[in-house]
Amino acid sequence: MKFASEFRDPAAARALLSAIAARADQIGATRAHPIHIMEICGGHTHSIFRYGLDKLIHEGVEFIHGPGCPVCVLPMARVDECVEIAERPGVIFTTFGDAMRVPGHRKSLLQAKADGADIRMVYSPLDALELARRNPEREVVFFGLGFETTTPSTALSIQQAAREGLANFSVFCNHITVPEPIKALLDDPDMVLDGFIGPGHVSMVIGTHPYDFIARDYGKPLVVAGFEPTDLLQSVLMVLTQISLGRAAVENQYARVVPEHGNPVSLAAIEDVYERRPSFEWRGLGEIDASGLRIRAKYAAYDAEEKFGIGYAAASRNVPEIEGCACGAVMTGKLKPTQCPQFGTGCTPEMPLGALMVSSEGACAAYWQYAGARTAAE
Amino acid sequence: MCLGIPGRITAITSPDRLMAMAEVSGVRREVNVACVAGNRLDDLVGQWALIHVGFAMSLIDEDEAEKTLLALKDLGEAQETLEQMAASQEALQ
Amino acid sequence: MTLRDIHVTMAHGGGGKAMRDLIDEVFTAVFQPPGSEDQARLTNDALSEPGARLAFTTDSFVVTPLEFPGGDIGKLAICGTVNDLAVGGARPLWLSAAFVIEEGCEIALLRRIVATMAEEAAKAGLRIVTGDTKVVERGKGDGVFITTAGIGVIPPGIDIGAAKIRPGDAVIVNGVLGDHGATILAARGDLALSADLVSDCAGLGHLMQAALAAAPGISAARDCTRGGLASALNEMAAEANVTVELEEARLPLRPEVVGMCEILGLDPLYLANEGRLVLFCPADQADAALAAMRALPEGAGATIIGHTLERCGAPVTLRTAFGGARIVDMLIGEQLPRIC
Repeated sequence: MKFASEFRDPAAARALLSAIAARADQIGATRAHPIHIMEICGGHTHSIFRYGLDKLIHEGVEFIHGPGCPVCVLPMARVDECVEIAERPGVIFTTFGDAMRVPGHRKSLLQAKADGADIRMVYSPLDALELARRNPEREVVFFGLGFETTTPSTALSIQQAAREGLANFSVFCNHITVPEPIKALLDDPDMVLDGFIGPGHVSMVIGTHPYDFIARDYGKPLVVAGFEPTDLLQSVLMVLTQISLGRAAVENQYARVVPEHGNPVSLAAIEDVYERRPSFEWRGLGEIDASGLRIRAKYAAYDAEEKFGIGYAAASRNVPEIEGCACGAVMTGKLKPTQCPQFGTGCTPEMPLGALMVSSEGACAAYWQYAGARTAAE
Repeated sequence: MCLGIPGRITAITSPDRLMAMAEVSGVRREVNVACVAGNRLDDLVGQWALIHVGFAMSLIDEDEAEKTLLALKDLGEAQETLEQMAASQEALQ
Repeated sequence: MTLRDIHVTMAHGGGGKAMRDLIDEVFTAVFQPPGSEDQARLTNDALSEPGARLAFTTDSFVVTPLEFPGGDIGKLAICGTVNDLAVGGARPLWLSAAFVIEEGCEIALLRRIVATMAEEAAKAGLRIVTGDTKVVERGKGDGVFITTAGIGVIPPGIDIGAAKIRPGDAVIVNGVLGDHGATILAARGDLALSADLVSDCAGLGHLMQAALAAAPGISAARDCTRGGLASALNEMAAEANVTVELEEARLPLRPEVVGMCEILGLDPLYLANEGRLVLFCPADQADAALAAMRALPEGAGATIIGHTLERCGAPVTLRTAFGGARIVDMLIGEQLPRIC
């Protein structure tokens, strides 16, 4: 695959691993006193485990798996609200596959489907639009989920629906943003992070500047990274190099895809369709100011929250979280997945308690599935 | 998060709706090209774009890709030299 | 020809003349079972050999769409049962087929399905000796469901199974992986992906016989259907108490299958196959097994993908192209596309 396989070259990976080891030694990073690098994005977490990078990298470099998995940070109450919409008569509820298994208080979307709700997995919001065109007598709701990477796709779909006057299409908006939770992490006095691997596909939309505050105000390096294994390793090397030189800057390893100022069309679509919510709830992290988007009033006809009087549009919301779930501590790097008391006992991929065990991008599921944690637990 | 894959734009399928055919390793899917459409839609044909949930989100800059690969190659060579130096030093001792 | 209907109606399941006509014209005229009694009466010389054993298996088939590039539900039904027998070292001989047909199903479609079944049965050298049909109301089925049962004979001296797998065995597959699963994903159309892919659906009876003749030390084999290679290997490794170590660089995958998986965030090791088996044999017989398999079209892509070790950690591990390693676990539920 062009622009992918070239970045999976084993020889290049070996050279990068040696260079990383040299830098780590130079900094004095050891297993006992490691450099903590957070890969913010769940896609990076997935690549790390898929290619076994965690086992190949110098022992003084420790990955902390960040909150950048939209499924993982989805609060239970939002899943409940999805189920509630999906179970309304006449609704076709469309979603990405990732969200199907996330547990709600009553049930997951997968269970709601088994109970008779018309829930369909789609690859794109465009497919939901097409369903709305073909089923004018049904109400087609798309579960808008994801960070800035995915937000333009639903914004453009809503604009398209408005152009066509597709009155039976709406989006249940759960779009969230990356910089705000990172700021919340950095403000945490227990924070142990030394640097960041930034989510490349988010920056493809928003550019690199929204992260400037991390280097400027908090003195931590951040490197915007691609998703192939040598991309990740090169980015780790760039972070270590900054640390060894005592620098903190935002750098772009993924310049083949990420323009410095992002994508103007995407940004304009987001601006046209969405506005900031005062705050949004993150599973494990709680309410974070200005971290979520809602559909602007001028597109209220396409806003499932308004249409169904659900979610933040409802008069009152009941948002109890699960007892004993330590997803928040794992996501902020305070606990390793295996240190959670529920890991492998109360919480497994078969019976997930927290979302980090549900999504294959969740740190716990990745530990369980790829990294041998289950074998160790057994 | 944000699974994105490089795909090549092979044809414009609906200029009004800004839709084009993209191909990833022989798999074809119609995608929206609003985010990467310049003045002339036809110029997109043959270009590589990052595809995410049915949208071409960013054109891939082939020069930048080349630069990244070149940096990796240089690093590989430098690393090799270092290892050879280390090996010959060991041999001397 | 007395059957004039275009679609199956409830009358075709009613036990009367309409049913008789459907069965006679669509099924028995093509399958030509021996005799018309309610039970097939079976005899074969292979059974009289001292030490010969019967192998018996059953399987149900449901697929959407019913016809897809490279096959249809009928081909799946025959090949699936043939393969279940074959991987145990049995020569497939007889098969039963029961059809649950949804009201409204096109009779022409049924005829096409029956024709592919007859063709595949002939290729595999087995006979469809008994069967049944039922009709269910529209909405209570998905076109056609087929349940088959197959009987084969394991010749004396052949005794293979997962428990016989030993550390040091080579792990061999007969061709590229995941074509069937990716073909079905594309053929369903709901993801709007298209690719020039064809299901790998094939009967593997002759292939397995050829491999066993060339490499008598073969310890075990299994067809990699639902859950793909990863699931088959996990089951076998757990039973044998060994670790299977796969080499990522040796896994045969078509670019289109890789592309489909990259787009949807799926792992090709879990995609279904319908004409692929994985077999274990002592390393010194691997070349003989490979040569025998490659001589047949359904084994043209045969290749070694890894080997077994004394159990260390997980049942199945994969060495990545950089020498990294990861566990290849059992699938939890269904593999869902991962997008955001």
